[in-house]
Amino acid sequence: MREMIKMLIVLTILATLSGGLLAAIRDNTKDRIENQVLEFVKGPAIRSILEGATNDPIADRFQLKVDDVERTFFVGVMNGEPGAVTFETSGKGYGGDVGLMVGIDVKNSQIMGVGVTTHAETPGMGAKAKTDPSFVAQFRKLSIGEPVNVTGDGGSINAISGATITSRAICSATNDALKIYEKIKPQLADKLKEFK
Amino acid sequence: MARSIVQEFTKGLWDEVPPFRLVLGLCPVLAVTKSVENGIGMGVATTFVLVCSNVLVSMLRKVIPAKVRIACYIVIIATFVTVVELVMQAYAYPLFLKLGIFIPLIVVNCIVLGRSEAFASKNGIFRSLLDGLGIGIGFTLSLSALAAVRELLGTGDLTIWEKPIRVLGPSFQPFSFMVEAPGAFVALGLMLCLMNLVGKK
Repeated sequence: MREMIKMLIVLTILATLSGGLLAAIRDNTKDRIENQVLEFVKGPAIRSILEGATNDPIADRFQLKVDDVERTFFVGVMNGEPGAVTFETSGKGYGGDVGLMVGIDVKNSQIMGVGVTTHAETPGMGAKAKTDPSFVAQFRKLSIGEPVNVTGDGGSINAISGATITSRAICSATNDALKIYEKIKPQLADKLKEFK
Repeated sequence: MARSIVQEFTKGLWDEVPPFRLVLGLCPVLAVTKSVENGIGMGVATTFVLVCSNVLVSMLRKVIPAKVRIACYIVIIATFVTVVELVMQAYAYPLFLKLGIFIPLIVVNCIVLGRSEAFASKNGIFRSLLDGLGIGIGFTLSLSALAAVRELLGTGDLTIWEKPIRVLGPSFQPFSFMVEAPGAFVALGLMLCLMNLVGKK
């Protein structure tokens, strides 16, 4: 019986101390980890879309609720005006969800650019959506008024050869983003004023 | 068979070098040695866990009841592994992306538990510290050596500080089999064979 109690006490104390230590370390690294994830996973896409921004889009971020989903928006200040915003949506690709960062040029009502963040597409085929800049370059300066589609579906985007599903996923993610943008346009405009 | 204090440290570098002499902990050895950088990262992470858990287990060896010792060791080891994971995410995120699942898997690395059970639970703090350090450095060196062979033959480059350095000249045809999973077994086997040849008396 005494041994039993000793086992209980030792294990409990050990687990409690371990929990306390880890909680303390987690508290101290949480913000840094969040920044690192943004920087390395979403950062490259954001920076390539918001090329020429004079601010740090990752630092200048805010969250808005759209249809009960909390979304993070990254602001790009160009020529002294917070004229662009990017946020992430996703589409169903061949190997799972394709995460897409979509940038919108608020002033000219155009797509600023898109960039793939996370994906599990086939290397050399669908993965080209991320590695080959010429595909996503087609989205630049398209009007936000009408949905984008691949040429096979009556649109203007040339699909990556051998990766129609991936190309469609990116188009549908872009269209989702356009819909979200339409919904929150007024709120977003208010928010953007804060970055002047 | 009492060893001197210096021997506690140096045994990990050759006599008991984990992957080659003890043939322990092969999961990370085979999985992360695609490039030298990954090998060193994994080695340093494991060394940290080894040293810390060895010291703590040795400190607590008279307090921990024999019947729940393994559970206690695992709690201690898992704590340090999580510390490594958090710190690596915060300060070396690209490395964390490459090592991925293998960092949390250090918990079940039999080298770490093996040292706690076989050494630290029976020896003093200082000896346990040296033992952990020696085995850890031996592990790091083995990983780096294996990774260097695989990366050199597989790609012709050596990656140091995230910059690939061309070593074998432009005419070298990369032997990409070596950076694939089966290449790990072949490279490990050949290196084991080499070490046994050299170590033969």
